[in-house]
Amino acid sequence: MTLDHVKPNTVVEIIQVNGTGLLRRRLLEMGLIPYTQVKVRKVAPLGDPIEIFLHHYVLTLRKQDAAKIEVRERTVYEKKEDSFNWKSKLWENNFI
Amino acid sequence: MKKRKIALIGNQNCGKTTLFNALTGSNQHIGNFPGVTIEQKKGYINNDKHYELIDLPGIYSLTPYTLDEIVSIQFLLEDKPDLIINIVDATHIERNLYLTLQLMELNIPIILVLNMMDEIKESETVIDIEKLENYLQLPVIPISASQKEGIDYIVKTIDQIIDKPVRHRDLAYGIMKRTIEMISSIIEKKVCQQHLPLRYCTMCMIENNQNMLQQLHISDSEQKQIKQITKEMEKKIQTDCDVAFIQMRYSIIENICQQCIFRKKETKGQFISDKLDSFFIHRYFGIPIFICIMLVIFYFTFSVLGQPLQDMMELFLQLLTQNIGHFLESYQVSNWLKCLICDGILAGLTSVLSFLPVIVILFFFLSLLEDSGYMARVAFIMDRALRNIGLSGKSIVPMLIGFGCSVPAIMATRTLSSPRDRKLTMILIPFMSCSAKLPIYGMIISAFFPQKAAVVMITIYCIGIFVAILSALLLKKTVFIGDSVPFLLELPTYRMPTFRNVFLNIYDKAKEFVHKAFTIILLSSVIVWFLQSFNFQLQMVEESSQSLLAYIGSFLTPVFRPLGFDDWRATTALITGITAKESVVSTLTVLTASINTTSFHNALIGIFTPLSSFSFLVFTLLYMPCIAAFTTMKKELNSWRQAIVIVLLQSTIAYIVAYVVFKLGSLLI
Repeated sequence: MTLDHVKPNTVVEIIQVNGTGLLRRRLLEMGLIPYTQVKVRKVAPLGDPIEIFLHHYVLTLRKQDAAKIEVRERTVYEKKEDSFNWKSKLWENNFI
Repeated sequence: MKKRKIALIGNQNCGKTTLFNALTGSNQHIGNFPGVTIEQKKGYINNDKHYELIDLPGIYSLTPYTLDEIVSIQFLLEDKPDLIINIVDATHIERNLYLTLQLMELNIPIILVLNMMDEIKESETVIDIEKLENYLQLPVIPISASQKEGIDYIVKTIDQIIDKPVRHRDLAYGIMKRTIEMISSIIEKKVCQQHLPLRYCTMCMIENNQNMLQQLHISDSEQKQIKQITKEMEKKIQTDCDVAFIQMRYSIIENICQQCIFRKKETKGQFISDKLDSFFIHRYFGIPIFICIMLVIFYFTFSVLGQPLQDMMELFLQLLTQNIGHFLESYQVSNWLKCLICDGILAGLTSVLSFLPVIVILFFFLSLLEDSGYMARVAFIMDRALRNIGLSGKSIVPMLIGFGCSVPAIMATRTLSSPRDRKLTMILIPFMSCSAKLPIYGMIISAFFPQKAAVVMITIYCIGIFVAILSALLLKKTVFIGDSVPFLLELPTYRMPTFRNVFLNIYDKAKEFVHKAFTIILLSSVIVWFLQSFNFQLQMVEESSQSLLAYIGSFLTPVFRPLGFDDWRATTALITGITAKESVVSTLTVLTASINTTSFHNALIGIFTPLSSFSFLVFTLLYMPCIAAFTTMKKELNSWRQAIVIVLLQSTIAYIVAYVVFKLGSLLI
């Protein structure tokens, strides 16, 4: 599933960010990185840009760009402490 | 002690302007960054001439992506400020710290300023400042820029740490750290020769930044080595290096936040923002609300507040002109000099300066919208509509200002991130009928369509918008091929605009406008006065019908015959309209030698038919903007050639549309 197909008020987790070059870098730098939880909040009145909530801030992006972000569904917006279990995995892998 | 440069840098919407104003007070000056038209604000901290504070554009990262970022990174690398004040919105600390981590790669002392601490306290969130300081090994100062709390500490800390050598803490870990070390050792020598920050350059190598590769003269074999190293890393962690390093920074930030920040609940601001947003960006009501807000602003700007103030200003300047005229007469100054001062210089200034109240009021409302955070919502709800014509939602704001005055509108295109969007918006702005054209409409309507004033007015405005859309579509297919820039926009928390920021913003805009009035507009009105008052023998003429201007006007008259008006007075009025649109009215009054409104109406009926008066209206709506707008455009584009091309394009479009209107009209009638 990609981010543009997510219904409002749903929480998802980013798996992967596709695309190339600077646009992809920009998406990543704004915090759209793998394992991040994102809540889709609203769709603009005319049906495009979507409004998402991540890292405690509100970002809007167009559907064509959101289509580059692969996500999987989450049932609830998990508490911070739990959602960073992935990090220990990362650390394990990198600290060999 | 020599002058120290201090750069103020931070994300957008983090209160940077408020802090800048609080630190420098009113002693600030605005210039441009070299070569580009991005505004550069400078000021002295607490009036101390040794500390010069430079306000850098609000950016999210140091990747050279938008013009703002290119300018910032160039400034940091080439101008080498002695200190960076990095302002961080404490309520959005996760994203804000990303830039901080990048700044730490630069070998410049940093003061980390945590803004919005009042909101943090209110939400019962605790930020362990000491721990944060220890973790980052940077001085951290909690402040509230809007309440002016903690500003003194910043000044004290500057005194303490400036000129001290720095070595920022290396927060990289794991295989990424080893990769960085390996690449650093390859390029170290070359970097040291050029006095560049090693870590930043290393990151550029990893990101394959072509400019940096060239600047450091990295040889092919070295490039191969670097590629080899990054490939190996990518293989080991099974992701590409872009993701790896950005993820590394974010996981450092998560680690920091876990240790130093204890959130209880969302801040009050965020709670209120959510409530307001369910209203302002509502599925059905969002756009109507936006239109209502704009209508209210326009109503206040151009009728309730603006009109009386504008009339007062005009009256005042006219009285001034009269008195100076009498004064000059009493001293028996020669006639031509008196004419130059009263009819040339003062008349020109009057026509321009009478717009000052309107500009001030308009910018008052616009800075309220901007500072409160509503503008970002406008861009969000209008993006879809504007994308169809090849622009992004952010362009809506300058275009709307265009209905007031093209000059501030063109200045407002600075907020757009891509040069392509800026140019296209600039071309379209003059099609939004500006308020200076209102007197022309008023003149024609009261003479020809007194019963249908509203209909004609709305038609004119709609023609402007329609032509703008059409030309945008055309230009999108021909000159400006390709999509507008990606749209990644943060919706900031709604905030109460501070009086000080709004006031300073208005003051800046007014100053810029008045400056222009006293330079280029003054010059051009003197030229028009000269053309209007002298003949070929360079003698002063009694009647303007024998002047140089009238001659040029009658020479150009046949050109406008297809549009339905071929009276030399109309053409002449169009020429003077280039200095300022209202001049069209005054010129016609002078040339028809009208003494009162009735005789003026009769004279107009002699010049135009109702249909040709309408095509005249359409032409004045669309043709070349006034000198003030033209020079602003030149300044923003930084090129005479481009500005002239745009103006010619607009005039051509005006001619074609007026022709079509006239032909269609004659068929119908």
